[in-house]
Amino acid sequence: MKLPFDEMLDASGKARPHYQVFHNWLKQQSDTLMGLKRAEADLIFRRVGITFAVYGDDLGSERTIPFDQVPRIFTAKEWEQLEAGLRQRVKALNRFIYDVYHEEEIIKAGIIPAEQIYNNAQYRPEMRNVSVPRDIYAQIAGIDIVRAGEGEFYVLEDNLRVPSGVSYMVEDRKMMMRLFPDLFQKYRVAPVEHYPDFLLECLKSVKPDDVKKPNVVVLTPGMYNSAYFEHSYLAQQMGVELVEGKDLFVKNEQVFMRTTQGPERVDVIYRRVDDDFLDPLAFRSDSTLGVAGLLSAHRAGNVTLANAIGTGIADDKSIYPYVPDMIEFYLGEKPILNNVPTFQCRKPDDLAYTLANLDKLVVKLTHGAGGYGMLVGPASTKAEIEEFRGHLIANPDKYIAQPTLALSTCPTFVESGVAPRHIDLRPFVLSGKTIKMVPGGLTRVALKEGSLVVNSSQGGGTKDTWVLEE
Amino acid sequence: MLSRTADCLYWMARYTERAENTARMLDVNHQTSLLPQPAEFLEQSWKKLLTISKLEESFLMKYDVVTRENVLDFMIYETSNPSSIVSCLFAARENARVIRGKITSEAWETQNTTWLELQRILEARTQADPSRLLEWVKHRCHLFRGVMHGTMLKNEAFYFMNVGTLLERADNTARILETKYEGQAALKRLSANKKGKAVDGDVAEAIDGADGNFFDFYHWAALLRSVSAFEIYRQIYSDQVTPKQVAQLLIFNKQMPRSLVCCVNELIPLIAEMKNQQSKEIERLLGKLKASLDYSDIDEVFSQGLEEFIEEFLERINHIADEFSNAYLIPLAVA
Repeated sequence: MKLPFDEMLDASGKARPHYQVFHNWLKQQSDTLMGLKRAEADLIFRRVGITFAVYGDDLGSERTIPFDQVPRIFTAKEWEQLEAGLRQRVKALNRFIYDVYHEEEIIKAGIIPAEQIYNNAQYRPEMRNVSVPRDIYAQIAGIDIVRAGEGEFYVLEDNLRVPSGVSYMVEDRKMMMRLFPDLFQKYRVAPVEHYPDFLLECLKSVKPDDVKKPNVVVLTPGMYNSAYFEHSYLAQQMGVELVEGKDLFVKNEQVFMRTTQGPERVDVIYRRVDDDFLDPLAFRSDSTLGVAGLLSAHRAGNVTLANAIGTGIADDKSIYPYVPDMIEFYLGEKPILNNVPTFQCRKPDDLAYTLANLDKLVVKLTHGAGGYGMLVGPASTKAEIEEFRGHLIANPDKYIAQPTLALSTCPTFVESGVAPRHIDLRPFVLSGKTIKMVPGGLTRVALKEGSLVVNSSQGGGTKDTWVLEE
Repeated sequence: MLSRTADCLYWMARYTERAENTARMLDVNHQTSLLPQPAEFLEQSWKKLLTISKLEESFLMKYDVVTRENVLDFMIYETSNPSSIVSCLFAARENARVIRGKITSEAWETQNTTWLELQRILEARTQADPSRLLEWVKHRCHLFRGVMHGTMLKNEAFYFMNVGTLLERADNTARILETKYEGQAALKRLSANKKGKAVDGDVAEAIDGADGNFFDFYHWAALLRSVSAFEIYRQIYSDQVTPKQVAQLLIFNKQMPRSLVCCVNELIPLIAEMKNQQSKEIERLLGKLKASLDYSDIDEVFSQGLEEFIEEFLERINHIADEFSNAYLIPLAVA
């Protein structure tokens, strides 16, 4: 079997040119030293509190996400291609969300079947004909990208609701600089620490029209959410309030927060709470995380939600196959980044093919996330495949299937020493007055040998991601 | 500032202060329990420690007898006891975690490191030497306060933490004084009964008039040490340790950082600094309390009865704490 593309080593086992210096450096480091550095990193993450709460456990039980010291390195040229592709894709996705809540031209043009939109649980009829500032719905997008070969990138999925992980992008960089300062003298690595500045600028640029100096807040579900560190971190770095639903209330379709000096108007909410929990009057009535009346304030244009309500219609896996068509339709451009070929199990032909090839395919729930509810054919036992077959036949509409990509690997420190492990990349794209990105993203690594699942909930780790300057 | 944020800052500071004061009380009791004394004395002093915090009932639900080991266990480790050191440090750290963005990273890391080190201490719990552990708790609380004062902006967040610290400290000093004082009186009664002598009802008189014997000295010295005031006492009075002067120091001395007067005096400018629409009442109550302390003295307190005086003080300071919560921490109605 052909080995997957390795980020550091070419097929003959030699370091690729941009990894050469690192490779030489790495050979000089003893395993003991690297083990010590790893322990130091874990200690620092714990002391600084870059952790998440483990549900249902004892008093204050917390975990860190494993951090790997071998960086994932991109050349400036590779990044240029990726960045252009990401900007193009996110631009088209925002145009699409606007369109499905307004003129519906893409449906009229026959590119996406109407039932794929209207029957989708992520479509929010409440947002029909609601205007949002600059017609931008997904101000913050996290696009998951994998590599299968030289210059061969695929978009695995688009995350347009509440994508997380950006704090790890910044903290991993800080950690690398702290553990191995000498490496940064050998390489010119493009900085990423200014992400919170870009984010604040982006959020301010989508303020409601009549507001001069917008009051921006970050809305979190609270300290028991696994991404609480990130919410708190971003609020602190931007110098804005971190609020919970109970800190806010709506009066006359305006949003206020309760402060020690009385109520204070809120104009832009960077919300890290899912649509379903945002407003108990509009969505799930049992939600205690939201704010009653928030949807009405959003619809009246008195508060901007970032991301807007209803963006899930564009990152749903059943819509994903249409994204390349969207790019051509809205922008009149050829897509720069590839989609992974996708079989839509709702189509009889695609379903038949999928059922016949379950041992070769990856099958996913269209509404799933976090690596749950999926089948990785080549890595599953016969029994697992047969069990999944039952689910698939019972509810074909709920699934899509994709060929198993040979995800690229990157050398990673594991118990047996340095060994290749599969990785992906989540860059973050900010859309406001302009589209902005910091060079890089979060590289996630599947620590189990051969595993393709990189999610932290499934035992994944992270790596620092370097984009080299020319 | 968000009311909820203010609430967390306030409680983070209160719990830190409470952990420290609990450690102080336990340490002193632990030290004095090593002195030669009758068994009833010993049991009394541990019992007192529970009554001071109104914890006798929940203690007896868990343990059969009041012993040094049981009380230390309950007051240090027991998570069902909200006033135990572990519970206080946990609550302080949880509050800090919620508002970690509002305190400096040094302040947050200090709280977090305390918690992480405590986990290791808990794992090796059976070998823990109570004195060293209590010393460590005091040290970590000092460190946190030092980091806070040395790194934080002197802004609203800082004021909320200071108010929390001072209200808790005033409450704790008053309780320590009451317990020890009343405890000592009870012991006197106990020993007098043993000798077949009746002691009249005026406890203050009975104690004040008593000879400063060997045991008394250690008892009052321990009380002073529990509020870091033994050297201060010597410096100020250059005299033997008498209960009346101990009470005077802890109630009226304006320079003594843990005295009641000092806590009240420091609260007044803080509240003035953070005025809002509902803070008038707090200023009024604090002003009244300060005046009643300023225009009183230790003789008046003793003629009123120390216990009664302390009860009244506790009621007033806790009323102020409630008003403070209403004005700042529980949200204002929509204007």
